[in-house]
Amino acid sequence: MAASPQSIDDVAAGLRSVGYLPGESTALVSFLAAKLGKPILVEGPAGVGKTELARALSTYLGRPLVRLQCYEGLDEAKALYEWNYRKQLLRIQAEAEGAGWQEVQDDIFGEEFLLERPLMTAIAAVEPVVLLIDEIDKTDQEFEAMLLELLSDFQISIPELGRFEARTRPIVLLTSNNTRELTEALKRRCLYLWLDYPQLEHELAIVKLHTPDLDDAIARKLVEIIAMVRELDLKKPPSIAESVDWARALLLLGADDIDNEVFVQTMSVIVKHRTDLDVVAERVGMKLPVRAASAGQS
Amino acid sequence: MPRPPASRRAALYGATAPEDAPPGLAAHLLQFGEELRGEGVAVGTSELLDAFEVLREVPWTEAEDFREGLAATLAKSQEDRRIFDLVFDRFFFRAAELAAVREGVTEGGGIDAAGAELNLETLRQEIARALREGNQGQMRDLARLAIAAFGRQGEGSGVIGVDVQRIRRSLGLRAEPQPDLAEDDPRRDGLPRDAIRRFEALLRQELERAQIERTESLPPARPLNELDRALPSGPLQDLAAVHRVVAQLKRRLKTQGQESRGHKRHAHVDVRRTMRASLETGGVPVVLKYKPVRPRRPEIYVLCDVSTSVTSASVFFLSVLHALHDSFRKMRSFVFIERISEVTDVFARERDFKAVSDAISRDSGVADISGYTDYGRVWSEFAMLVEDDLHPRATVIVLGDARTNGRDPRADIFATVAARAGRTFWLNPEPRLYWNYGDSVIAAYERYCEAFECWTTGQLEDFVKALTRPVSAR
Repeated sequence: MAASPQSIDDVAAGLRSVGYLPGESTALVSFLAAKLGKPILVEGPAGVGKTELARALSTYLGRPLVRLQCYEGLDEAKALYEWNYRKQLLRIQAEAEGAGWQEVQDDIFGEEFLLERPLMTAIAAVEPVVLLIDEIDKTDQEFEAMLLELLSDFQISIPELGRFEARTRPIVLLTSNNTRELTEALKRRCLYLWLDYPQLEHELAIVKLHTPDLDDAIARKLVEIIAMVRELDLKKPPSIAESVDWARALLLLGADDIDNEVFVQTMSVIVKHRTDLDVVAERVGMKLPVRAASAGQS
Repeated sequence: MPRPPASRRAALYGATAPEDAPPGLAAHLLQFGEELRGEGVAVGTSELLDAFEVLREVPWTEAEDFREGLAATLAKSQEDRRIFDLVFDRFFFRAAELAAVREGVTEGGGIDAAGAELNLETLRQEIARALREGNQGQMRDLARLAIAAFGRQGEGSGVIGVDVQRIRRSLGLRAEPQPDLAEDDPRRDGLPRDAIRRFEALLRQELERAQIERTESLPPARPLNELDRALPSGPLQDLAAVHRVVAQLKRRLKTQGQESRGHKRHAHVDVRRTMRASLETGGVPVVLKYKPVRPRRPEIYVLCDVSTSVTSASVFFLSVLHALHDSFRKMRSFVFIERISEVTDVFARERDFKAVSDAISRDSGVADISGYTDYGRVWSEFAMLVEDDLHPRATVIVLGDARTNGRDPRADIFATVAARAGRTFWLNPEPRLYWNYGDSVIAAYERYCEAFECWTTGQLEDFVKALTRPVSAR
């Protein structure tokens, strides 16, 4: 079912219905993107749900998700399209003697011989899609420049075929971990959305949504501890994904309270650096109560 | 960042908006965009058009949606967003107040300060409770009550900031727990810090409003960069400009030398492209296609002096370093005074300029005993650290004033470093006039490297040009 949101509240409710709790501005910007047909540039620390937002939007709007994962050295052939030269060769060899060059040429540079890559797929799709260009900051500036035509006019130029215009308007999300500044030209074409670590209550709601079986008191304590850990000067502060993982881990272990012992045992779920572990154990672990029984045993 | 010309600044920050300004939301929005530009946010016409388009979809009567909608189109980075919020509050508050002054509207209803019975203790508790719950509307009303209540106790100081703190203190609003208070007092466990900040902002706004009502004119607005923007301060340290120059530097470095590097020397046949090209000749590979030789990423070593003799310049240097780190992956940076210390991972971890400079001054451990620069020791340590990694494609950039405090400059070690690296540059923050004067020994080093004076961003640009000059064949 392809939905077309009518108001901001629609979007917020829709996203919520597919298991994504949008923050204040998230629903608004998503709504604007759907209405105005502009791409969204989503920035924020790792693991706050940038990619997840695209997934949720695609489920909610009933559109397929086309994903392009960026990396250093990504080029047009892997992002846009490529000629299927094997097939072209076969076509030439299978050609009967009499065919003229012109016919062959017209033939082998047809859509049939085009290998679609994600961006092309998104443009060529008959049904509207959600296009996710993930971690755009990993690519080079040249690639960004190539995207400009796509993002503003939703078209791709193929020298042999001419211009290829989008049949439907995709909703485009670009995510960036902010490891480098993106070019002004790219930013100009996008709506900007900054996703940050959520407020305490918001995160609590997210954790509860993902682990409904977890005890309320523990869930609250969990997000409070996470907030405390984020305050520290860490290499990689825990993100929402880590909070949810931790909640699942605690559920599996059947923990009935987060005390010092449980914390130290499961800490590695939320902190992923050797040096961070020490800092966290020292600064946060100490504040938690030691279980009376285990203190007596040791 | 270019400052707006004086005339425009006057129009922006003058006591009143120009009288001939057309009425309506559109005009205000344009003025808002203008004001953002005045603070250095790059707001183009296309952004403003987007903003108008957004306002067609978003109910502009909803304060939050209005703000977020504008922010999504006008502020395209976190830093921009921060400035946006500050300007937004200032601008729309002032716009509303200006209209009120023009129309002669004063706030009626609400709280009658003279008549209201204000029990201070209940008020304290009410406010603390509202802060706990974070109820914005309630906090606003209570801020007015608080001002009315405490305004009567004594005269206001006339300085809004002082009054805000005075009121906050007498309300006993603190983030720390206050165990000596009664059991049921909401302040007992301490109040959320950001709620207190929000409340202070409200107090400030209400005090300002009262002032505007009293004097029936707007106080002059001050540009933000004098108030609230923690950019490095100094003669020329404009971070944005530095970042721009470095972005240019990066582009040039990436492309430079590519044409001189031989395609023939180690070319591999690209089978795929050759086959494709052969289609034109009926499948016979007549034209060979080669894999393009990708330019190797330049490797950069930057050494930055952070001693006291270059205090004013080191902020500039650090911002250069910071900007370089944004642009280059393969880059190692070092800071030095008496000893040298690698800070590459600090930059890799921290995005925020201030955090970087804090971290460096806190734990790089470059000052040993005297705290004076010792270039000789720095070179020998640097040579030891990177000797094996240096190669002809590496570029070494030194940022420092070459003032050795009378110690041995050890130009011989510097010469070996410069010989191993492909190119060596020296950026000196002092005007050329002062070089080799006093304990400056730049002449000793200048023989082995290219030295530049660099105390403005303009000169940094000159350096970029020199850096990216085609390398002559050696």
